[in-house]
Amino acid sequence: MIEICNLYKQYDHQSLFKGLRLDVAKGSVVTLIGPSGSGKSTLLRCINGLETFQEGHISVNGQKLYGINEQNYDKAQTNQTLRNIRRKVGMVFQQFNLFPHMTVLHNITESPTHVLGTSQSEAESNAISLLKKVHLEGKAHSHPGQLSGGEQQRVAIARALAMKPEAMLFDEPTSSLDPEMIEEVLAVIKDLVSEGMTTIIATHEMGFARDVSTQVVFLEKGEIVEYGRPKDIFYNPKNDRTRAFLSRFTK
Amino acid sequence: MNYKLFIIRSVFLSLICFFTSYFPVTTSFANQNTLEKIKSSGVLIWGFDAEGGAPYVFHDLKHPPKLIGFEVELVEAIARELGVKVQSFQNAWDSILLSLQRGDFDIALNGIEITPDREQSVLFTRPYYVYAEQIVVRASDNRINQLADLRGKKVGTLYNTEAKRMLEEMGEVAVNIYSGQVEPFKDLSLNRIDAVFVDLPIASYYAMPNPQLRLVGKPAGEGYYGIAVRKEDTALAEELNKIIGKLLRTGELKKIYSQWGLWNASQENLFLHEGFLEKYTESPPSVSEKVSPSVTKFLPALLKGALVTIGISMLSMILAVSLGLALAIMRLYGNTWLQKISTAYIEIYRGTPLLIQLYILYYGLPNIGITLSAFAAAILGLGMNYAAYEAEIYRAGIQSIPKGQTEAALSLGMSRRLTLKRIILPQALRVAIPPMTNDFIALFKDSSLVSVIALVELTKSYSILASASMDFFKLGIITALLYFGMSYPLSLYARKLENKLKSHDRNL
Repeated sequence: MIEICNLYKQYDHQSLFKGLRLDVAKGSVVTLIGPSGSGKSTLLRCINGLETFQEGHISVNGQKLYGINEQNYDKAQTNQTLRNIRRKVGMVFQQFNLFPHMTVLHNITESPTHVLGTSQSEAESNAISLLKKVHLEGKAHSHPGQLSGGEQQRVAIARALAMKPEAMLFDEPTSSLDPEMIEEVLAVIKDLVSEGMTTIIATHEMGFARDVSTQVVFLEKGEIVEYGRPKDIFYNPKNDRTRAFLSRFTK
Repeated sequence: MNYKLFIIRSVFLSLICFFTSYFPVTTSFANQNTLEKIKSSGVLIWGFDAEGGAPYVFHDLKHPPKLIGFEVELVEAIARELGVKVQSFQNAWDSILLSLQRGDFDIALNGIEITPDREQSVLFTRPYYVYAEQIVVRASDNRINQLADLRGKKVGTLYNTEAKRMLEEMGEVAVNIYSGQVEPFKDLSLNRIDAVFVDLPIASYYAMPNPQLRLVGKPAGEGYYGIAVRKEDTALAEELNKIIGKLLRTGELKKIYSQWGLWNASQENLFLHEGFLEKYTESPPSVSEKVSPSVTKFLPALLKGALVTIGISMLSMILAVSLGLALAIMRLYGNTWLQKISTAYIEIYRGTPLLIQLYILYYGLPNIGITLSAFAAAILGLGMNYAAYEAEIYRAGIQSIPKGQTEAALSLGMSRRLTLKRIILPQALRVAIPPMTNDFIALFKDSSLVSVIALVELTKSYSILASASMDFFKLGIITALLYFGMSYPLSLYARKLENKLKSHDRNL
């Protein structure tokens, strides 16, 4: 469903991705692990166009995004493609990024009503059922500032789901949470993947990655060092760098 | 921006006057015999306002610092007779008598009409010129032939003059009041007004050489210009009366006036005032019989000015807010060209005085065929100037919203436009509310600047009334209170709004 083909990306004059390839099949759950700065977040952000890249292409559900140096690159076309991709791919950020001037309910209904043209009543009843799903039905009329970090992140997940996405991207969803709140967020994500949502998650939660993933990708310096099933990566890593990285978590 | 200080300055000035009248120590200077002082120092200090202009006193265009005008020649003749030199003292015409009373100069001689009101506060010599009020119209306009025809027309005049008083007494005349002498004639040629009604010397000097304009009707409302001295300076007044008499008899006065095209049959009346000096020597005036006009009498005029102030401020703020927003968006999201245009606009408008911008809009644009009404020019001037400041406030507000907000909105499929409208601007606006309130209050007070383009708003109403009644103190306090009464509720409302918005994001 998501194909990343020959991706080249550089920041200023420093290369990050040098021909990266990755296929994510429909219904699979891919976790990206690796040290900070390895390109996990950047890879997710390239997929829904929050970052540009120089070469290669990314195809989501048949919609193709080209690198800005590619011959096929066309700015107007890219903008249209991006909007199509973003409607089909939800994203959850490390910093939640809820809209502070809107209630929880309004955060969730904003995009369906304004982008998809869903009626207000339908959007609201859908939002309420999503809030139930993330166990926050009581907070519909609160403002984000009145919620804990874990609650905010669950609202952010509900907000992304309100667009009825076909895939979800999670960019370190628990990294800025207090430890006691991590579990409630991971539980919500677990529910979601068990329903068959195509998902890519960048995370430092190794236990979680091992339990929910269909594939694990170990990234280092913008390069896929190892790719495979979780039990192979976690219990039998082939590469020394993978082993060294994981050993820090199993200590 | 000098006018910004006008109210404060006037109040301060009146405070000084107020206290000097209660503490005799400070008035000792004024009690000194001015005539003796002039003779011993060999200098006659003469107060006038060169901005009042030709043909009275004005700067020689060929030799700019040099002053010329019939009054310059008159004062020089007087000084010669006194055996002293002239030292000029430039003073705003509105407050010339006030400065005379303070002791800034010895005589005020600058087309000051002798009126009962003024005689309450200063002593006048015998008249040195007989003036009359003259109607000037466009050469092509046949509608107005006499004073009565001015009814229902827009008529320009100078403020604090007999002509203005006469027009107001007639009623049904839309009076446009100017502080400079050039502007009414300019507006007349631009069709902004139907006629100008001013002292004959001014009319002759400005309208006669202009083929577009003509003088109509007989001069009306004859009156006299006199030299003003402080009330206690009877000896000086007496001496000046003798000198005026002598200049009349020797024909020197006629010679001076003729040179400026100002001698006419009416001036023969000056000889009738030979006995003028006895009037004062026989009955020395009592010092403080000044009638203080009741303040409530002025309140309607002040309130009318306040309404104009509110109207101008509101409309220009609406313009500033919307244009400012457009500029900020152009600067942040536009292509290179739009960014450059917006930046240039902001820098130019912030970097030049509002006063100059107003002059260009109102008096400059007609040169390229755009003639704005005073009200439109005021709103455009203030609005376009403040738009530059609002733009920068919005830009700061928009930039203070974390990038994650835009990213979250985009990732939800929103377009850039929708993101800006629904997510970024509502948040940026809250950040902008305190500085915007600040600006609105500043604009409110800056609206007093538009009096330069013949709009009578609150500050102008105040200075007109105050210089007519010589009561800068009480009227000043009332005017200041009116300003405060209008701006304070605004601050309160803004604070409330701010708190209301803030309560939503308590934990952020």
